[in-house]
Amino acid sequence: MLKLENLCMTVNGDNGQGREIIRGLNLEFEKGKIYAITGPNGGGKTSIAKLVMGIFKPNSGHIYLNDEEITNLSISDRAHRGITYAFQQPPRFKGLTIEDMIKIARPGIDQLALRGAMRDVGLCPEDYLVRDVGPGLSGGEMKRVEIAQVLARNAKVTIFDEPEAGVDLWTIQKLIGILYNKFKDNPESITIIITHNENILRICDEIMVIQNGLVQARGTREEIWHLIKDDVECKMKEQCGELLTYEI
Amino acid sequence: MKFDNLSLDLLNTISNLTEIPDGAANIRVDGQAVVRSSSANVTITPREDGQGFILEVKPGTIGETVHVPVLITQTGLQETVANTFIIGENSDIIIIAGCGIHNPSHSDSRHDGVHEFIVKPGARLKYIEKHYGQGQGKGKRIMNPTTKINLQSGASAEMEMTQIKGVDDTVRLTTAHIEDKASLKIVERLMTDGEQAAESDVQLNIVGRGGSGQILSRSVARDKSIQVFRAALVGRVECTGHVECDSIIMDNARISSIPELVAEDSEAVLTHEAAIGKIAGEQLIKLMSLGLTEQEAIDVILDGFLR
Ligand SMILES: Nc1ncnc2c1ncn2[C@@H]1O[C@H](COP(=O)(O)OP(=O)(O)O)[C@@H](O)[C@H]1O
Ligand SMILES: [Mg+2]
Repeated sequence: MLKLENLCMTVNGDNGQGREIIRGLNLEFEKGKIYAITGPNGGGKTSIAKLVMGIFKPNSGHIYLNDEEITNLSISDRAHRGITYAFQQPPRFKGLTIEDMIKIARPGIDQLALRGAMRDVGLCPEDYLVRDVGPGLSGGEMKRVEIAQVLARNAKVTIFDEPEAGVDLWTIQKLIGILYNKFKDNPESITIIITHNENILRICDEIMVIQNGLVQARGTREEIWHLIKDDVECKMKEQCGELLTYEI
Repeated sequence: MKFDNLSLDLLNTISNLTEIPDGAANIRVDGQAVVRSSSANVTITPREDGQGFILEVKPGTIGETVHVPVLITQTGLQETVANTFIIGENSDIIIIAGCGIHNPSHSDSRHDGVHEFIVKPGARLKYIEKHYGQGQGKGKRIMNPTTKINLQSGASAEMEMTQIKGVDDTVRLTTAHIEDKASLKIVERLMTDGEQAAESDVQLNIVGRGGSGQILSRSVARDKSIQVFRAALVGRVECTGHVECDSIIMDNARISSIPELVAEDSEAVLTHEAAIGKIAGEQLIKLMSLGLTEQEAIDVILDGFLR
């Protein structure tokens, strides 16, 4: 189990004063389940992922993985404990190829598995294996490489940050199938997907709505779908007037 | 000819050779050509003063690889060598050069090499050169290569010059004269550390219509090392040229990158990009999240960048 306890995090705001972006967060994630984290932009979703990976340090609170406190462990140590995170905006590397990156993600991976991981995200190995993870790849291609790395790791805790962003519809549909097959009811893994994609939400066991650094709602898709829908409709009306009706 | 282990190691580092290669080759060790062999299509003859050779490739020679490495293991040796490479019409050839210095002593070792390339019409040349130094002493390992390239009508050349480790002081001068429809690509890779200094000065003159020139430089400066890079493209006629200088700066190093474009014709299209920056924090974090330590992440990023 992955457990976040009373997490608070403050960043330097634009006005030079501290701004609390995670405000007393309590969350538990169990093995064998796929969780979705959704909610408006700027709500704190990515910050939660970075806190779990150790990229951000909380000002207070604790993080536990299977009863071991990992709050003060380094990023690398958490990676070795089995946590992996697919970045929302993965950085580029001049001179490193897609093959290099997947081999770093999974040392000793054989060619068959390597090529399989690439095909899973719709990257044909013949065309992409030796391409640089540099300025020559599009945003969507970068996302696919990022997801391939994380899938190759076979981690205990896998966090995806908006895997759908910039990725074409065909690949998303295929990816959803792969996430489903790999993680659904897999007793060994905890899967957390930060997403706005309705089809991804459908394969998740539980959805958490994060807003203003707090959990606003939590439940199955059926339980909380009306909340999201009402909230979005309400915002649309505020912003666009009654004329616009928005179907989600 | 038998090499000692030290020479073999150096040879392997600069040219991936584990034995004396077949075909045409010239291996110079401590001021002497210890191997000099010609093939049916490639002849290597000594200069009159003995300090260098003339290598001639017959027109139409396709697919030969020639090795011309230089090793210095004798302490304090200082030498100046001039070599000429004449690549015959419509041939296609690979030349692998390189210089390795092992200097364990307290006096300086120095190799100054002048390489002149005459690439005849329609010929293609790939030239690979690695510079490397090793040894614990206080004596410096110095290399000052001068490269002159003459690309005739429709010829093309790709020159890869790498200096990754152990060269304390270097001044590299490269000039090229590019005729009509000829194309030249120069790829430089440079890493300096400690108190090393490296200066590279490249000037491409494109004098023939439809000529093209490219300079791609990547460098890493660590510790207190200093790098100065000047890259000039001169377009006298309708032509294209591009300069790209990309550097990673670390610790207390200093890098100056000075690109220059000179167009003397309204049909000359010349561009440059130059960037100097440290390793991005996001890159380190990404690799650490895949399980690397910070130091491993730095090494992976630098190796990739200089590849
Ligand atoms: N390193 C940072 N420095 C300052 N502000 C940050 C930093 N990271 C995130 N924020 C702010 O924290 C809030 C939450 O960000 P984030 O977790 O990225 O939101 P989400 O992923 O839900 O869109 C945003 O207002 C964002 O601007
Ligand atoms: Mg986000």
